Amino acid sequence: MLVIKNLHVSINNKKILKGINLTINAGELHAIMGRNGSGKSTLAHVIAGKDGYEIEGDVLFNGESLLDKSPEERALAGIFMSFQYPVVIPGVNNTYFLKAALNAKLKANGQSELDAMDFLALIKEKIKLVEMDESYLNRAVNDGFSGGEKKRNEILQLLTLEPTFAILDETDSGLDIDALKIIANGVNQYRNSERGILAITHYQRLLDHMKPDIVHAMIDGKIVKTGDMSLAKELEEKGYSFLLYTN
Amino acid sequence: MSDIIEKVIEQDYKYGFVTDIEQDTLPPGLNEDVIRTISRIKNEPEFMLEWRLKSYRQWLTMEEPTWAKVRYPEIDYQAISYYSAPKKKELNSLDEVDPDLLDTYNKLGIPLEEQKMLSGVAVDAVFDSVSVATTFKSELEKHGVIFCPFSEAVQNHPELIQKYLGSVVPHSDNYFSALNSAVFTDGSFVYIPKGVRCPMELSTYFRINAAKTGQFERTLIVADEGSYVSYLEGCTAPMRDENQLHAAVVELVAHKDASIKYSTVQNWYPGDPKTGKGGIYNFVTKRGTCLEENAKISWTQVETGSAITWKYPSCILKGDNSVGEFYSVALTNNFQQADTGTKMIHLGKNTKSTIISKGISAGKGQQTYRGGVQIMKNAEKARNYSQCDSMLIGEQCGAHTFPYIDVRNSSAQMEHEASTSSIGEDQIYYCNQRGISTEDAVSLIVNGFCKEVFKELPMEFAVEAQKLMEVSLEGAVG
Ligand SMILES: Nc1ncnc2c1ncn2[C@@H]1O[C@H](COP(=O)(O)OP(=O)(O)OP(=O)(O)O)[C@@H](O)[C@H]1O
Ligand SMILES: [Mg+2]
Repeated sequence: MLVIKNLHVSINNKKILKGINLTINAGELHAIMGRNGSGKSTLAHVIAGKDGYEIEGDVLFNGESLLDKSPEERALAGIFMSFQYPVVIPGVNNTYFLKAALNAKLKANGQSELDAMDFLALIKEKIKLVEMDESYLNRAVNDGFSGGEKKRNEILQLLTLEPTFAILDETDSGLDIDALKIIANGVNQYRNSERGILAITHYQRLLDHMKPDIVHAMIDGKIVKTGDMSLAKELEEKGYSFLLYTN
Repeated sequence: MSDIIEKVIEQDYKYGFVTDIEQDTLPPGLNEDVIRTISRIKNEPEFMLEWRLKSYRQWLTMEEPTWAKVRYPEIDYQAISYYSAPKKKELNSLDEVDPDLLDTYNKLGIPLEEQKMLSGVAVDAVFDSVSVATTFKSELEKHGVIFCPFSEAVQNHPELIQKYLGSVVPHSDNYFSALNSAVFTDGSFVYIPKGVRCPMELSTYFRINAAKTGQFERTLIVADEGSYVSYLEGCTAPMRDENQLHAAVVELVAHKDASIKYSTVQNWYPGDPKTGKGGIYNFVTKRGTCLEENAKISWTQVETGSAITWKYPSCILKGDNSVGEFYSVALTNNFQQADTGTKMIHLGKNTKSTIISKGISAGKGQQTYRGGVQIMKNAEKARNYSQCDSMLIGEQCGAHTFPYIDVRNSSAQMEHEASTSSIGEDQIYYCNQRGISTEDAVSLIVNGFCKEVFKELPMEFAVEAQKLMEVSLEGAVG
C-alpha cells in the first residue's frame, strides 16, 4: 500500500531524513518511536505533501509516486494525517469544515455530495464514537480546543472521512487516561484489512491498546531497528541510547 | 470644453430635448444649462430645479476631498456626460423592455423574471439613468407602500419629495453629494405609511452602461411611524476600459418606532486585474436619521467591486432609544482601494449603536476603515460597540484603521475591539490535507471571517454574497 524507498529529506540544506525504507501493507499498523527531533513528523509531512522540503528517493502509494502530487490530491487519493499540532481556523465552523472535506472526497470519487441534513445525521453518529459533546460541532475548527480535544477532533475527522491510509502523529500526546482509551478505540474501529496505519508515538501505552503489527525505532533520520511490540517495551524501559550500542 | 459641444448643448436646449428621445445622451460638460436641461427632460416642478441649481452653485465653491486614503487620476468633470436615457421610456411591464436589455441582465447573472418568481422581491431596475421596469406594484399599493423611480415620485408625490429630499444629506453636505444633488437623474423612492410592515423585500439593481456617462443615483426612503422596510441594493457592471464616476446619495428617514434595514451587495467592475485600469469610482454618501424615539436604522454592506470605494453609511440617532447598526464586509483585491466605514452620531438619550466591520485585502489591495462615533452632550447613557477586523491575504496588500471617538457625555459606554489576521500557510495546508482545494480553503476562511455580517443579510443576498467573495478572490492565493 505505502512504499517508501531510500528517502532523503532536507530543509534549508539541513539533512533530516537519511535513507528511510518502509513498506506498509493494507491491514497493517506500523508504529514509529523515536527521540524528539529525529524526523518523525518530517516523514509524516513528506508523505502528506507539505511544501518546502528537498526530497530524494520515492514514496509510492498503491504503486504510484506521490511526490509530484499536491497535498489535496494525496488526501483525495486516500491519505489522511492526524496532526501533531492541529491547526486552528478561527471563524470556520467545525461541521462546515468537515462537510467541505467529505464532499470534496465524495466529489472526487464521483459520488453525490451530502446535503446539510444528511451530513448532520452522519456527524452526530461519528461524534459519539469519540465521546465528544455535540457542542464542539458548532465551534470554530480547533479554536480554543484544549490539547486533548484537538486530538479527539482529529480522530473525529479520521472516522468521518474514512481514508485508506492514516498517519497518526502523536495523537496520544497530551491525552488523559480515559481519552487515550477512547482514541485507541476510535482508531481500532477505523482499522480493517483494507486500511493501513502509521502511528507515531512516544509511549507504549497507546500501543498496548492498539497492538501494532510492526514497531520501528527512529534515530537521527534513520530507522535503526524494526521489531514487534517487544521493541516498544524495550525502548520504554531502556530509552533510545541502548540502540546506539546494539546497532 | 470645445465650442462644438457647447453649441450642441445650446441646440438641445433650444429644441426642448424632451419628446421621443432615441438614446439621448447629453454631450459631456457641466453648467447651469445642463442642469436646466436635465430638470426639463424630467419635467420637474420649480422647487426641484431651484434645489439643483442651489446645489450646483454650492458645488462650485467646494473642493474635492483629499483626506481619504485613495489615489486616482484627477477627474475631469467637464468630460462627463450628465444624462443618458434608454431608447424607450414609460413601460408598463417587463414584456415591453428591450430584449437586448434583458439579455444584458441575464449576462450579469440577474435574470429579472426569475428574481421575481423565486424571491418575491419587487424589482425596480434602473438601467443607465432612467428606470424602465417596475414590478409588484399592485401588491405594494394595497398596503399603501410607495416604491417607484425617483423621477416618478417627483411627479406623483412632490410634497413628500419636497419635505424629505436633502433632509438627511443637505445639498451642501460634501463635494460628491452636492454634485449628485445638482445632476442626479434617477433612483428610487420608498414611502412606508404608518404602522405598515412592508410585505416584501424591496430591491433595486443599479447598472452603469453607457460609456462615459457619470451615474448619479438618488435614493430616498421614508418609514413613517411604526413601519418596517427591508431594502436591498445590488449591482454589477460590464467590463469596460474607462474610469467611471459614480456618486450616489442615499437618504433614510425613520420616524417613531420605525425600522429600516438597508442591505447592499456592491460588485462593480474593479478594473483590469493586472493593471487596475478601467474600474468604477464609487463615491457614495449614505446616511439615515432616526428622527424620533425607538427608531432603528441598520446598514449592511458587502463591497467587493469598484476600483475605488469611498463610502461611509452613517446614522444620526436623534430620537431617544433609537438604534443604529453598521455591518460591513469590504474586499479589495488586485489594485482596488477602499476607504470605508461609518459614522454614528448620538444625539438622543439611551441611543445605541453597533459597528461590525470586516475588511479583507488581497493582491495589491489597499483598505482603510474610518469609523466615527460621536456622543453629544444630551445623549445620556448612549452606548456603542465597535469591532473592526482586518484580514490580509498575501504580502503586498494593506489594511489601515482610523477610529475617531468623540464623547461629550460621561455616562456613555464605549467598547472597541480590533484585530488583524492573515490566512496562514499552515491553515491552507491543513485544509488541503483534508482534501479541500486552496481556493475553497480561502473562501471557507474568508466566509468564516465575514459570518457575523453575512448573517445580517436577507437569505438570497447572503448566498449571493458568498459567491461574490469566491469570485472576487479567485487567484488571490497561489
Ligand atoms: N523549517 C525547518 N528549519 C530547520 N529545521 C527544521 C525545520 N523543520 C524541522 N526542522 C528540524 O528537523 C528535525 C526533525 O523534526 P521533526 O518535527 O520531524 O521531529 P520529530 O521526530 O517529529 O520530533 P518530536 O518527537 O519532538 O515531535 C528537528 O531537528 C527540527 O528542528
Ligand atoms: Mg513530531
